[in-house]
Amino acid sequence: MAATHSRLRSAGSLIGSLIVAAASIGVLVLAPWWLLLAGLLLLAVWMAATRIGRQAWSVSEVGMATIPQRLGAASVVVVGIAGVVAVLVALLAMAAGFEAALQQGGSDDTAIVLRAGSQTEINSVLDHDSAVLVAQAPQVLRDAQGQPIASPELVLVAALPKKSNGQDANVEIRGVGEHAWSLRPGVRIIDGRKFGPGLREMIVGKGARAQFAGVDLGSTLSLNGQTWTIVGAFDSQDAHNSELWADTDVVAATYRRGSSTAGVTVKLTGADAFDAFKAGLASDPRLRVDAKTTRSYYTDQSAALSKLIRILGVTIATIMAIGAVFGALNTMYAAVATRSREIATLRAIGFRALPVIVSVMLETMLLALAGGLLGAAVTWLLFNHYTVSTLGANFTQVVFAFQVSAPVLWSGIKWALAIGLIGGLFPALRAARLQITAGLREL
Amino acid sequence: MKYLQLVWSAMFRRKTRTIFTLLSVLAAFLLFGLLDSVRSAFANAAGSVAGVDRLVTVSKISFTLSLPKSLLPRIQALPGVATVTYANWFGGIYQDPKNFFANEAVADNFFDVFPEWQLSAAERTRFHETRTGAVVGASLAKKFNWKLGDKIPLQATIFPQKSGANDWTFDLVGIFRVSNPKQQSQESVLFFNWDYFDEARAFGNGNVGWYLTRVADRNQAQQVAQAIDALSTNSDHETKTQTEQAFNAEFVSQYGDIGLIVGAIMGAVFFTLILLTGNTMAQAVRERIPELAVLKTIGFSNQSVLGLVLAESVLLIVLGGAIGLLLAGVVVDAVRAAVGEAVPMARVGASIWLRGLGLMVLIGLIVGALPARRGMRLRIVDALAGR
Repeated sequence: MAATHSRLRSAGSLIGSLIVAAASIGVLVLAPWWLLLAGLLLLAVWMAATRIGRQAWSVSEVGMATIPQRLGAASVVVVGIAGVVAVLVALLAMAAGFEAALQQGGSDDTAIVLRAGSQTEINSVLDHDSAVLVAQAPQVLRDAQGQPIASPELVLVAALPKKSNGQDANVEIRGVGEHAWSLRPGVRIIDGRKFGPGLREMIVGKGARAQFAGVDLGSTLSLNGQTWTIVGAFDSQDAHNSELWADTDVVAATYRRGSSTAGVTVKLTGADAFDAFKAGLASDPRLRVDAKTTRSYYTDQSAALSKLIRILGVTIATIMAIGAVFGALNTMYAAVATRSREIATLRAIGFRALPVIVSVMLETMLLALAGGLLGAAVTWLLFNHYTVSTLGANFTQVVFAFQVSAPVLWSGIKWALAIGLIGGLFPALRAARLQITAGLREL
Repeated sequence: MKYLQLVWSAMFRRKTRTIFTLLSVLAAFLLFGLLDSVRSAFANAAGSVAGVDRLVTVSKISFTLSLPKSLLPRIQALPGVATVTYANWFGGIYQDPKNFFANEAVADNFFDVFPEWQLSAAERTRFHETRTGAVVGASLAKKFNWKLGDKIPLQATIFPQKSGANDWTFDLVGIFRVSNPKQQSQESVLFFNWDYFDEARAFGNGNVGWYLTRVADRNQAQQVAQAIDALSTNSDHETKTQTEQAFNAEFVSQYGDIGLIVGAIMGAVFFTLILLTGNTMAQAVRERIPELAVLKTIGFSNQSVLGLVLAESVLLIVLGGAIGLLLAGVVVDAVRAAVGEAVPMARVGASIWLRGLGLMVLIGLIVGALPARRGMRLRIVDALAGR
């Protein structure tokens, strides 16, 4: 009877502590940084101002002083958690980098117009008359000469060898009109010069230049038996960095596209003009086109892949975290076991259970924090601005750099603390429930 | 084997610690199973065994550009060429862009070149006789619950009809299967008749996306490929011909180096695992020093003690790892059942198990090495005295 009762009680307390753990992880994951900082300050005040708080502090001090004696076991917690955080941060930084590369190219006051239903530029074919009609829309901004700021663009693909493995991969060749520069004021020539209109000259994006062989300044490319020269390099700080740019008309001739283009990109009179622009195009019976702001066009392109990478990152990190939690539990149970005599002594001379719990928790959380910082630092050193490329919506390589940003690092630290919380809670409760008499007899 | 009982009871001397360690090992190998399944799926797609006798001819500039149909008789006439067929990417959308699957217009003799795609003779005839006919792979039919006779509407992204409309409708007249389980991802394709496509589309008429050539002798594939490319050298539509295998490998590598990403993650996972279980084993041996001394006292040799400790650590990892891989197999099957064959995850089969078991034994030996050496070298007198 008594045994059943105590078993029930311990089952009850287990469920209770599971609920506490789940709730605190929820708070931890959702909380902004200032809330956690406030909690930390509150803890500090409690430790300094109250009697029981001071007890907790001195017990924690003793616990932490013994860490160097169990360095091997403590490093299991630190390295285990560092591994989880490193993988999580790396994958989140990859997703963030891909998103940033594509979305920085978009804005609300430029619009891209493609043939109806074509979704991406590579699929789209817009005849010359339609392109001219679109540019004549009243919502399109005009330059000082009264010309609409519109760039008829053509996206085509060339297979070039990658520097990393020598295998051919697709690079995007974008034919742009003369207004491309005023449409995208962020694009700067960083080397050489712009291509000349009507000439077989190209400029290469910074990312494409880093990823592909044979596209440096002065190199020549042979496309359909015609020779093109690379005369400059540009930096656009967005997905255009993965491309080669040339004059639309010359590209169209090389690829036998006649006077058709893939689409037109236009500068609107303002972000609020887009709805009227779109409605105007839709009601024109001569046109079969879709219009999107460039922001929504590029967001649509990046959404699926960055979501996939995030889901993968969280799934992998969760499985790793489960492994790390058990490692931390092992270490902290062992730590409590070696200190059981000391804890029992403290309890015998009048210390309450709470300071013991706090001290074990604090120790685990500190080790976890160290692990989180270590993992985040390793990833930051190895992967910040690490450049990779993958296949984008136009069947071409999109070059992007990992972005190990502050929010990404912060979520890594939060994961570390959450793992530390679970890894510390159960050993802390065992320490608190330790039989004093039994503990004193331990050798 | 006769010491299994001894190793087993030594392992579970401290139940909680061993179970926690087992769970860590389990998590690590669950992850290994899942990631290796993804990696294998990409590797299978890149290097399927079939297709060494097939050549893919695309435009040299890039496979997104089309080639003139006038090349067909010239390729057919080359020595060493058995059959030539051609196809064109259509890129149509079924209801929603999220439902992505490949759809292609294919020539009459397309299925002659792909004998592994099994389509009954009756269905094949119907496909040829129905102008708007289409055939789909079994997995795709299952996913969208299509039956023979259904009408399948696709929204064109590249090719509008002559009227300018984007709606194309096809009649489902056949369902094909792929025998090799490794290539089942190829069942997620819809094929329709080239003639209908070429007549109805608004532009590009008379051009084909790519040629597929079956060579008479696979040892001559390289020469035939060169001969095909020579046909168009210095023209305005130069070609690039590769074996189907090389073409696929190049395409898959464009997604990024999957092997490298998986390798980096597994490196981090196994590094932490080795540290973690190494710590457990060190603790376990440290606690048992007097017991090991007793074993030596009653006549166990140094080597036997070494073997006992090593066996224990290998058993620990293999036990946890095997459960982890089993779990990974269950998860992969569940995902494939839920999402369909198109998901890039290979079944957790013999090759993944073999790699997994190899890793388990290796990690077990690494983890056990130091504690085992300590057990082997201990001096009975010191150990019994607790020094």
